[in-house]
Amino acid sequence: MNIRSINRREALLSLGAIACLPLAARAAASATAPVPGNSLYQLHAALTDQDGRPFDMASLRGTPVLVSMFYSSCQMVCPMVFETIHSTLKALPPDERAEMKVVMISFDPARDTVAVLKKTAAVRNCDAQWTLARGDESTSRKIAAALNIQYRRLSDGEFNHSTIITLLDREGRIASRTGKLGTVDTALVKAVHEVHAVKG
Amino acid sequence: MKSLAAFAIASLCCVAAAAADYVEVPGGRFESVLPQGSSPTVSSPVNVTAFAMRVKPVTVAEFAAFVRAHPEWQRDRIPALFAEKRYLLSWAGDADPGPKLAPQSPVTDVSWFAAKAYCESEGARLPTWLEWEYVAAADDSRRDARGDAAWRRQILSWYERPSDAQLRAVGGKPNAYGIGDVHGLVWEWVDDFNALFIAGDSRTQGDPDLLKFCGAGAINIIDRDSYAVVMRIALLSSLNAADTTSSLGFRCVRPHEEASP
Repeated sequence: MNIRSINRREALLSLGAIACLPLAARAAASATAPVPGNSLYQLHAALTDQDGRPFDMASLRGTPVLVSMFYSSCQMVCPMVFETIHSTLKALPPDERAEMKVVMISFDPARDTVAVLKKTAAVRNCDAQWTLARGDESTSRKIAAALNIQYRRLSDGEFNHSTIITLLDREGRIASRTGKLGTVDTALVKAVHEVHAVKG
Repeated sequence: MKSLAAFAIASLCCVAAAAADYVEVPGGRFESVLPQGSSPTVSSPVNVTAFAMRVKPVTVAEFAAFVRAHPEWQRDRIPALFAEKRYLLSWAGDADPGPKLAPQSPVTDVSWFAAKAYCESEGARLPTWLEWEYVAAADDSRRDARGDAAWRRQILSWYERPSDAQLRAVGGKPNAYGIGDVHGLVWEWVDDFNALFIAGDSRTQGDPDLLKFCGAGAINIIDRDSYAVVMRIALLSSLNAADTTSSLGFRCVRPHEEASP
């Protein structure tokens, strides 16, 4: 019995070693390894941030990211998206909160100029953890398509859009999505724990 | 007389388009089956800006030339984000459609991302839904034949036929704009395919629609007699950008010559 239990422990240890090895290898390789095929970072979307600097989402590789889309003149739902993300960040343990990045991409590049993004960032209490970004219309459409966000410009300048907050893992793959607003989605928070636990 | 005039217009269009395979589509006032204003139930005609559209859908031969020039869009290299596994599934090789596919048949089994990249490669883009619907409203002599029940039945009859094992070559009878194969050959991607039925994501959530959407909330179809067009919307709305199907192709549009900078 004793021998058998040792064997089992050894077996478990070696199993652990096998499980850990690819992880370690992956971590070492992550800086140079190609971006996974299903990563959002395959888009190479040319964006500009709220300070007018070029912004490549792939620069966030290695850290978990919450990403959503908005337009600044939106009066009802979009402010709730910002609020929901703030609440979600507050619901995270300090280390998970500290490493999280938030990216908000505009549907409305025509009106959401850099200056408007800057103002929106201030109004919505977005600190350096947040990037508010704009691209051209084609880029917005591609990002929305990759995030399964639907949007449509109406003739009065408003937008119809679905509201989805997406969690990207360290490689830019979609780890979780939520459409819940005004409340912290516990499934999303759980997914952040999981993504955080996989160290880059 | 009327049909003669239309024939003359169509001929002019086709002669002009022969070089570039694009034809100018004049702008106009148009009432979409999708509400364009902030009220989801009130019909609101909008101005469609002039543009130029491909006379024919993109063919197998044209798409093969594209993937040879841009090998990152070959099925063995395309990232999973941009296309599912069925992408170009019927092709013999990664850059070779093979002998079974007629070179002049419309390319299908292409994702939205790939269709968009193709159009960008020829200095064009995918049409918006509104542009596609505007062109699709025409029969061979009228720019808006949608009020004609007989014509609507004719389009619907396409959907009643079993789908052909092999798609015929592009180059069907042109409509009043000189654009062919809009109905009766393949479904077509539009740039804003993910903007048609906005209600998709609310099905999985208990939240009131008001909380899900800015603007007007969910979409209503205004003209419920336009079954054929509504079916297009239903199909496109059910797709993700990486999806492909064996009956879904595309064509591209360019800015109107005078309007372009």
